[in-house]
Amino acid sequence: MEDVRVRRLKREKTNWALTLLLFFIAILFIFGPLYMTVVIAVKSPQEMGNVLALPKSIQWSNFSKAWEMTDYPRKFANTLFITVVNLVFTVFTNAMASYAIARNRKKSKFFNFLYYYFISAMFIPFNVLMLPLVNEANKFHIDNVIGITFLYIVFGLPMNTFLYTGYIKSIPEALDEAAVIDGASPIQTFILIMFPMLKPMTATVAILSVMWTWNDFLMPLVLLSDKSQQTLQLAQYIFQGQFNTQYNLAFASYLLVLLPVLIFYVLCQKWIISGVVTGAVKQ
Amino acid sequence: MKQKKRINMAFYVMTVPMAVLFFCFHTFPFLQGVFYSFTDWKGYGNWKFVGLRNYLHIFQDKNVISAYLFTFQFAICATILVNVLSLLLACALNAKIKCKNFLKAVFFLPYMLGTLIISYVFKYIFSNIIPLFGKALGIAALSKNILGTNHAWIGVLVVTVWQSMAFNTLIYLSGLQTVDRDLYEAAALDGATGMKRFFKITFPLIAPFFTINMVLSGKNFLMAFDQFIAMTNGGPGTATTTISVLIYKKGFSGGQFAYQSANAVLLFIVVVLISVFQLRVLERREEKVN
Repeated sequence: MEDVRVRRLKREKTNWALTLLLFFIAILFIFGPLYMTVVIAVKSPQEMGNVLALPKSIQWSNFSKAWEMTDYPRKFANTLFITVVNLVFTVFTNAMASYAIARNRKKSKFFNFLYYYFISAMFIPFNVLMLPLVNEANKFHIDNVIGITFLYIVFGLPMNTFLYTGYIKSIPEALDEAAVIDGASPIQTFILIMFPMLKPMTATVAILSVMWTWNDFLMPLVLLSDKSQQTLQLAQYIFQGQFNTQYNLAFASYLLVLLPVLIFYVLCQKWIISGVVTGAVKQ
Repeated sequence: MKQKKRINMAFYVMTVPMAVLFFCFHTFPFLQGVFYSFTDWKGYGNWKFVGLRNYLHIFQDKNVISAYLFTFQFAICATILVNVLSLLLACALNAKIKCKNFLKAVFFLPYMLGTLIISYVFKYIFSNIIPLFGKALGIAALSKNILGTNHAWIGVLVVTVWQSMAFNTLIYLSGLQTVDRDLYEAAALDGATGMKRFFKITFPLIAPFFTINMVLSGKNFLMAFDQFIAMTNGGPGTATTTISVLIYKKGFSGGQFAYQSANAVLLFIVVVLISVFQLRVLERREEKVN
């Protein structure tokens, strides 16, 4: 399989053939589609005869047209609102609930029940409850940006409880007891002592929440029918018909949605990767 | 003893509101779906109980059966392909190579991008780029848009594998990094190298990571939705209609609210059974190895 020279562990030789092969695969399969997306987005329709060639001049107007057509600022603001508000509330409320559950599970049947209640809900996929949920959402008038944000916070609970309680278990209870002796209430203990200590797991929960809400398509699709409430992903679906064969506009629009994520990834790449690994391995 | 058992009220304040909200917006709709699956509700108007009729019809409904068969076929192929390829890629990335962190970051990139948009980009590749190469090279199979043929699902499979490999590779790689390299040295002395070393030493050690990947990817692929809506919209005909696509299309606009609720309940049971089965089998195998 991998070609590691074992004889001289410390002075293993670099495997240049494998390095080259990996670069080749990366260029062909990862950068290739990305390059194509960018090139089509900055071309004029006349230049599409040779799709993969670089354009003679960059058509910035593709972006401004896609921007206006999809009402990008509005959709961006909606998506950003959902992502950021969900992130802040998810991290705080879910960590708090997990703290209470993790610390009282052994003492109380009620908290132990809550633990299993939340965890077992991980088995219920969204598709299974979406039909009744949409009816309920219409009744409660939560078929809008604020409502869907609220639903994300609630729906993240099973997974996040699982991640947080696992982590809290590894923090000695003596710490809380010391705080209680000093006269701190459970809520103070959580805010002042526990929450700061949960930072590594909070990073994981934060990354997973952000990726989920920014890229989610199904939940906005079934809940957000009002145009002014739609997200970036949903807008790409809604405007497929209007893009039709105007591939340059369509790809400019895709690029406008991908760009924030790409920038985010380039800036926080290490943090994101370690966050995702922690989240998966703890499962 | 008794005093120890008393729990500060504040802990209830921290959990009960969340639990109530969770019940109202997660458990309640779920139970409602189960309830309606025993009725004939269309999504509006009157309804009455029909017992198990919806469930009996499901098992005779060609659309539902073919959606299940197709979803299983897709999920099995995708799970196997993704896991084999990402394991290979992870091994390559774990070897002594240059620019390791850069390559690792590049191969993880697809995870970050929305499935819907990726699917649109690949739809363009399948309909406009690949036929171009196919014609130039004179390969008939590649000359037409695969998404318009009976093999459309292969196109969707490619996108799914492309994107899912990012996550799986990362998990395998973090598994491989836990393997002590001294073990390899010992193995080499005993004459185990190459494939033999991989199957006898490396693979058993990363078995827990294999379990994670199998369970997570299996579950995700059974739910596959975004890529199908974007690339084939379930077509041509109903050839690539997955269970999720069927529930969405018929449940919301087909007047089959109750009927598709029954379908959703069945899907839930299937997901639970498969997840539990996978965990049992894979964990038992892990135990045997250790």
